[in-house]
Amino acid sequence: MSRILIVARNTFREAVRDRVLYNLVFFALLMIASAVIVGQISMDIETVVIVSLGLSAISLIGLLIAVFTGVGLVSKEIDKRTLHAVLAKPLHRWEFLLGKFSGLVLTLAVNTAAMAGGLFLAMLFVKHSIARGDAVVLVAVYFILLKLALVVALAMLFSCFTSSLLAILFTGGLYVAGLFVAQLRSLQMTQLNAQTQKLLSVLSYLLPNFGNYDVMGAAAHGRPVPGSLILHNTLYTMLYCAIVLTAAAMIFSRKDLK
Amino acid sequence: MTAPAIETQNLTKEYPHGFLHLKRKTSLEGLTMQVQDGEVFGFLGPNGAGKSTTIKLLMGIIFPTTGSAQILGRPVSDVTMHRDIGYLPEQPYFYDYLTAGEVLDYFARFHGFSTTERNERVQKMLKRVGLETAGKIQLRKYSKGMLQRVGLAQAILHDPKLVILDEPMSGLDPVGRREVRDIILELKNAGKTILFSTHILSDAEMLCDRVGVISGGKLRGVGAPGSIVGVKSLGMEIVFELVDGAHLTEKINAKVARTGANYRMSVSETELYATMEELRGAGARVISVTQIKPTLEDFFLELVGKDRAQAAAIEVSGK
Amino acid sequence: MTSGRSTAWLLLPVFAAGFAGVWQLQRKVNFERDAMREEQDEVLVRSPKLMKMATLEYGTLAADIYWTRAVQYYGNKRLGQDTNLESLWPLLDVATTLDPNLLPAYRFGATFLSQPEPRGAGRPDIAVQLLERGLKANPDHWRLYQDLGNIYYLELKDYAKAGQAYLEGSKKAGAAPWMKIMAARFLEKGESRETAAMLWAELFESSTDAAIKENARINLELLGADEDIEHINEIAQQFAAKTGRLPKSVREIMQIGLIGGEPVDPTGHAYVIGSDGKAHISEKSPLFKESSVYRRGL
Repeated sequence: MSRILIVARNTFREAVRDRVLYNLVFFALLMIASAVIVGQISMDIETVVIVSLGLSAISLIGLLIAVFTGVGLVSKEIDKRTLHAVLAKPLHRWEFLLGKFSGLVLTLAVNTAAMAGGLFLAMLFVKHSIARGDAVVLVAVYFILLKLALVVALAMLFSCFTSSLLAILFTGGLYVAGLFVAQLRSLQMTQLNAQTQKLLSVLSYLLPNFGNYDVMGAAAHGRPVPGSLILHNTLYTMLYCAIVLTAAAMIFSRKDLK
Repeated sequence: MTAPAIETQNLTKEYPHGFLHLKRKTSLEGLTMQVQDGEVFGFLGPNGAGKSTTIKLLMGIIFPTTGSAQILGRPVSDVTMHRDIGYLPEQPYFYDYLTAGEVLDYFARFHGFSTTERNERVQKMLKRVGLETAGKIQLRKYSKGMLQRVGLAQAILHDPKLVILDEPMSGLDPVGRREVRDIILELKNAGKTILFSTHILSDAEMLCDRVGVISGGKLRGVGAPGSIVGVKSLGMEIVFELVDGAHLTEKINAKVARTGANYRMSVSETELYATMEELRGAGARVISVTQIKPTLEDFFLELVGKDRAQAAAIEVSGK
Repeated sequence: MTSGRSTAWLLLPVFAAGFAGVWQLQRKVNFERDAMREEQDEVLVRSPKLMKMATLEYGTLAADIYWTRAVQYYGNKRLGQDTNLESLWPLLDVATTLDPNLLPAYRFGATFLSQPEPRGAGRPDIAVQLLERGLKANPDHWRLYQDLGNIYYLELKDYAKAGQAYLEGSKKAGAAPWMKIMAARFLEKGESRETAAMLWAELFESSTDAAIKENARINLELLGADEDIEHINEIAQQFAAKTGRLPKSVREIMQIGLIGGEPVDPTGHAYVIGSDGKAHISEKSPLFKESSVYRRGL
């Protein structure tokens, strides 16, 4: 367990030194700009705009980091051969993988938390007070983090057996597909026959459903999110990540490195 | 007798090759060998012979197609055994956003030292490989030689029983090479077992108790550097110079090679004294007479030459 | 882990179990998300002015996105049998502000904003507003006049204005000849089921939008049902005259021979007599959901 933490800590350090966290500067500027603009327009919807914009930015920035850095976690180490010396240590390959995963998720958590802080500041500026109902924005941010963890896991899985470019494309593609998975369920396409509809329905349950994490509407309008949804989304993410990471560990453990 | 530090049985590695991965390329074939506890063992061979492949198989970086290997009595798949091994990869590359001290600290953590001990060891190592002053500079600024030293440091930091070095001298200037040689000898004197691969024969001759010669994926011979080539004498070499007025006969002139003021020629043992008489008569002053022994290099080049020819023949025939 | 062939096979049931868990959790999540009111999610920004500013030269693209979401929104509402369509107008409002030439949005809004619940938002006044904006930007599109006239006639019962709209439309290039005829008819006959049926029939024939077409069809069926019900009620009066009380079921009417067979509505379901002695669409009929008590009958 501690070996995983050793790798995680190193991964976190790499992300920080790689200036990944500089994106926070961009985010801060974005928040400031939008708060000022929205303040000038002053309609009933300041909060809605700020929250929607903020959450979208947190999600998008997080996704970019998750996909690109996530793919690089494994492929960069393989390409640059930094991996060889590490594997000579008393460390299982799966421990290495988990450490990388944890390190990046930790980085994303810190990054997301910082952005959430910035978002709350912008909300405060625009609304002049924070109410209890605004806690739902925290839930929305938490869900984004869950989503990012799953994306990282998928990125790592793909990078274990394809090139980094393909891994990026596959991960991105699967993310987009996962957004529309929810629509599969309610697809009322009577042009399709029953088998295809059944197949689509099955897929909508098995494919990673990234729509689960979208509570932007509730957050923007201060509507509460049921605790059971928080619980189930957390469990879903943990379980799905476990499946994906296990598969990645299996592939990685048998892979001839350069 | 203690168990061998490293043992392999019929270790083989094949790679899928070519279009649709239908062909197979064998980079190591049926390697069966042992490295004894406490010896310095050199893996010799030209580039692409299979030295690195063997070492990577031992370290679990790649997996054998057939055959097996054990290190310190445990199968190579057992990573706990890595606690007692130090490994220097060929062309080592480390995280370039870290300093040397941080890299060593990172690797050291896997061995569970206390914080004080770990810090002590890191400092000691930096000093040992001559990187004390550069310890705080990020690795991205390091030269190849400096990286090699970091690699060596992380390989021995935890005082392992067995040290495996893949081309440890590569990229080093003569001073660096000397330092590495000294470290290897130090380790040997401390009772460690060392396996290193190289294509520099003089290093092998100087350091190794035994060498294994690999070429074309196969082990060609194992033994002490002297014994491997046989003790057959190839004759004597005479080095001489000419004093003023000296003049060589045509017979002798045909056999000499000249470098500057020195002349050298090879003669069989039986002809030695007769030739020396002739030279004295011609007015030459003999500087040295040495026995020509077959060197590892000769053995090596002959071997490699044969393999290259064979490989070329295979390629031509399309097999 | 080199010879992991056996471990690989061992892990298959583990993966299967994992995905079974994923399935279960997904079901729970689906349930919870459906329960959360998703209404206002549909509208990211309700303010057309802000959107216009924000989208810069991508206004038309953004308009398309809003228009698409409006259609999806409507579709989802119908699927979920939710009759509350209060977000439809903001979506169409933004879409048409961003792209005033987005004709399908005007036509869609004309139908589904004006129709009473459950088929529409029940706001003919806003629908008129939308169409007037559409006509301002697209003055030569005679179909918009058709839609405007339909709203006045079918929902607002303003036959004069309906006739005016159709008359204006008839003057435009490419207008169908019946525009003029219908204008006269409105002004002449005023309220008339037959006229209404003609309007819906025309929409059904000409519309390329599946939702609008479907809606026209339903309205035609409802009109048909209305006529049938009127007819049955007349017979019920005859029954009352004969027996001194209103009938309790269609069977009774059949028994005394006032009616030949069991009358069915356009979907094939039999009508029922209610406790008030009047005929109604059966609850089993799909038309029942479409009719609802809020519908103002013609």
